[in-house]
Amino acid sequence: MPSPDSLLDDLAGAVLGEVRRQAGADAAATVRAERSTLALTRFADSAIHQNVADEQVTLHLQLTVDGGRTATAATTRSRPDAVADLVAATLAAARLRPRDPSWPGLGEPAPLTSAGSPDEATAAASPADRAAGVAAFVAAAGGLSTAGFVQTAALSTVLADTAGRHLRGATTSAICDGIARLSGADGVARSMSARLADLDCAALGARAGAKARAGVDAVPVDPGSYPVVLEPAAVTDLVGGLVSGQFNGKAVVDGTSGLRLGEQQFDPAVTLTDDPAAGVGLPFDTEGTPTARTELVRDGVPVGLTTDRRTAAALDRAPSGHASDVSTTWGPVAGDPVLSPGSGGSVTDLVAGLERGLLVSDLWYTRVVEARRSVWTGLTRNGVWLVEDGQLVAPVSTLRFTQSYLEALAPGAVVVGSEVDPQPYRLMGPMGYNRVAVPALRLAAWNITGNAAG
Amino acid sequence: MMSMANEPGRGGAGRGGASSAVDPAAFEAAAAAVEAALAAGARYADARLVDRRHESMTARDGDVRSLSQTTSVGLGVRALVGSSWGFAALGDPAGDADARRTGARATAIAQASAAVPGPPMELVAVPAVQADWASECLEDPFTVPLAEKGDLLTGVTATMRAAGVAVAEALHQAWDTRTAFVSSEGARIGQHVRETGAGMHCLTVGDGETQRRSYPAFRGQYGTRGWELVRELDLPGHADRIAAECQELLTAPACPAGETTLLLGGEQMSLQIHESVGHAIELDRILGWEAAFAGTSWLDLSQLGSLRFGSELMNITIDPTIPGALGSFGYDDEGTPATARDAVRNGTWVGVLAGRDSAALAGLGYAGSVRADGYARLPMVRMTNVGLEPGPHTLEEMIAATDDGVLMEHNRSWSIDDRRLNFQFGCEIGWEVRNGRKGRMLKNPSYTGIGPRFWSSLDMLAGRAPGEWRAWGTPNCGKGQPGQVGHTGHGAAPARFSGVRVGVRG
Repeated sequence: MPSPDSLLDDLAGAVLGEVRRQAGADAAATVRAERSTLALTRFADSAIHQNVADEQVTLHLQLTVDGGRTATAATTRSRPDAVADLVAATLAAARLRPRDPSWPGLGEPAPLTSAGSPDEATAAASPADRAAGVAAFVAAAGGLSTAGFVQTAALSTVLADTAGRHLRGATTSAICDGIARLSGADGVARSMSARLADLDCAALGARAGAKARAGVDAVPVDPGSYPVVLEPAAVTDLVGGLVSGQFNGKAVVDGTSGLRLGEQQFDPAVTLTDDPAAGVGLPFDTEGTPTARTELVRDGVPVGLTTDRRTAAALDRAPSGHASDVSTTWGPVAGDPVLSPGSGGSVTDLVAGLERGLLVSDLWYTRVVEARRSVWTGLTRNGVWLVEDGQLVAPVSTLRFTQSYLEALAPGAVVVGSEVDPQPYRLMGPMGYNRVAVPALRLAAWNITGNAAG
Repeated sequence: MMSMANEPGRGGAGRGGASSAVDPAAFEAAAAAVEAALAAGARYADARLVDRRHESMTARDGDVRSLSQTTSVGLGVRALVGSSWGFAALGDPAGDADARRTGARATAIAQASAAVPGPPMELVAVPAVQADWASECLEDPFTVPLAEKGDLLTGVTATMRAAGVAVAEALHQAWDTRTAFVSSEGARIGQHVRETGAGMHCLTVGDGETQRRSYPAFRGQYGTRGWELVRELDLPGHADRIAAECQELLTAPACPAGETTLLLGGEQMSLQIHESVGHAIELDRILGWEAAFAGTSWLDLSQLGSLRFGSELMNITIDPTIPGALGSFGYDDEGTPATARDAVRNGTWVGVLAGRDSAALAGLGYAGSVRADGYARLPMVRMTNVGLEPGPHTLEEMIAATDDGVLMEHNRSWSIDDRRLNFQFGCEIGWEVRNGRKGRMLKNPSYTGIGPRFWSSLDMLAGRAPGEWRAWGTPNCGKGQPGQVGHTGHGAAPARFSGVRVGVRG
């Protein structure tokens, strides 16, 4: 792995051959043959308690007949009779569908910017390699109870269609994510890369341990509006919320996005892109559209959206390469968002600029309350500290917030940190986690609506 | 009219149909994997060969928007070496050699786990069952013509669009899962579960806001039943109503902020139970095994049997034997027979959701709540059917007994902290309740609270009137790393709570 895989080429070719045989030359089909391996070693109470690995080949077929009758199917069966069964079932389903007048058709062939950037060592990582990462995290936490996981994943894909495209791509990813625990206080550290060798699990364990020690004997604070410094783990949730709910082409089509393209909606320090090549993305999406760096916000001005072929057609735009297996339902979402660094310096520097406010490590269980304003509610997790005169003065217990993510980044409200820290985050990526590269932020106002007392 | 009420069950495994119709070759593959895991050094192993079919159809604004069919076949093997587990999975094993390779790999992974070992571990005893079990299904959802399904979904979305909403969507899903389970203790269980569900929703867009109405629930209603469940939902009979309500919400006054008497509909109660009780009683969370991700629990095992969780009206059961409920099965994914037990009795916490290893570690004598999302995922502690027993009141009586309150229905958003204490829920629609009468509609209703305080304020509980108590199905419960989606059931009826903070805004 993850060099081009002849088995996947053969399977993709076999499916297309079967499509032509069963559905005729006029059928339009896109097939993806994917080989995935996912291995994850979990630890709790400083011991490995779950340790899993799975490997599978999956065939995905989208078949359209009569210029707009479309069905999709997928199977983990890949033997010859399964290929014929897959096509027969998909064809039967497609023929029963009404013609979809907004079927966007297959894409035109377009050059890929790369074939992906898989790391062979990560793809070949053993259970012992992952256990070594866990052991390093546990040891570096200095005797505190620890919990978390080390994951390695690899994905190879061949996409072929009846329009003549035959694309190959591959990627790998690695994550170390854990907490250290002391007397009811948790400290977190996590990182993600395309390469396992990039992760310093010992450094992450040490950071989590230090955070936990600094979080003991937390006190409540009253609800109200506070200036905050959000560490990268917390910023990841904010960026994830915006790319999934605001820059998502389906949200724009549906009217649930409150984005104002071309206006100074955000602080000029905010520049947001989606960059698969810098992250762990594949070089093409599930429709075969090449993926490329997509500008979403330039100097505080929303300038781009993420689209698949359907939403692009509805918005009279070119597709941006963000189709996924779930984009019909949930919309096309950026998979490798990058919030550009600013001039705010380190987390310590950002905190130094707070007269009175909160330092927030992480956010948890965030859900949309009002879609168009992007109002989310959620809780803090893994550490909050009260800041006075630029100094941490006390750890704070868990807080509930209800806050517009759009308004939190308003002009004049943001200082962007200088150190980008890639974090794992779930954005419907094919390997479970996406990589979100963000710095810390200092925000003028964050609406705390509850504490441990209610 | 929906008439899908499932009766609470208190029976044991085997209440479904007689035959699982699992392919004998699946047992051979699972047995070969177990043999290989033991030969490689495991002291215990089990294997599941799972053959799962899923169909999903969506419609939007009068057109079928997507039709997806997936088949997933593969082998998942657990191996225990010392106190360390390993799990390996392989899609579509080609034969005996693939099965044995997967079994040996599970043991090798367990041996790697032993590099960072935990405390000594045993498994609570379960009978080495050799059995077949199948869920009841009157009308196989996979034999219902796609055209009929499409007509249903396009019809209701067209109706809602014609009534003036901005977006109308509808969905149906069905799963057919056949599992061959073999353990090194001699268990050999075939299981065939069919699950079906459907739902619809619409959106209206106003000045800077969107409103949503769903039927019969956010993301639909699901059960271990056949297409008869969808017919009983009667989606066409509700399309005009939810479209009208969705438009009316745009001009309705906002839910006031403050502390008041809260009445919740049954569907919202099901999620309240799921989030603030179901997850809190998961033993792996209580033991800290999910500390880094799903979270822990505010419950302390030393208080099992004595802790006051809620009012006397609060009786929560763990019951995978309820016929047709989404969390029902004959045997869990460790081979433990489905058995009903209490979680909360008269307000006191008395039971947990447990697996064989977590129960042994906690000194408990029962397991039975371990499930996996397909062959490729590790079985872990999951909800089955965690539900509230019916109460002595009716919704009508609750409204009549309320001087000043808010009635909220249908979940719109949910959030709860990692100890399952501090929650905030938003609902799609609310109504004022004044002087014993249901009054004007309210938009953006929300409420917040702290679990045990909230449940202690439960002062009226419906379920006496026909249809008020239902086993609601939640098909999207996320847990685990790698992520797993669980299917859970929750018996629930409308309920009333006093002194609840409502109308939280950002």
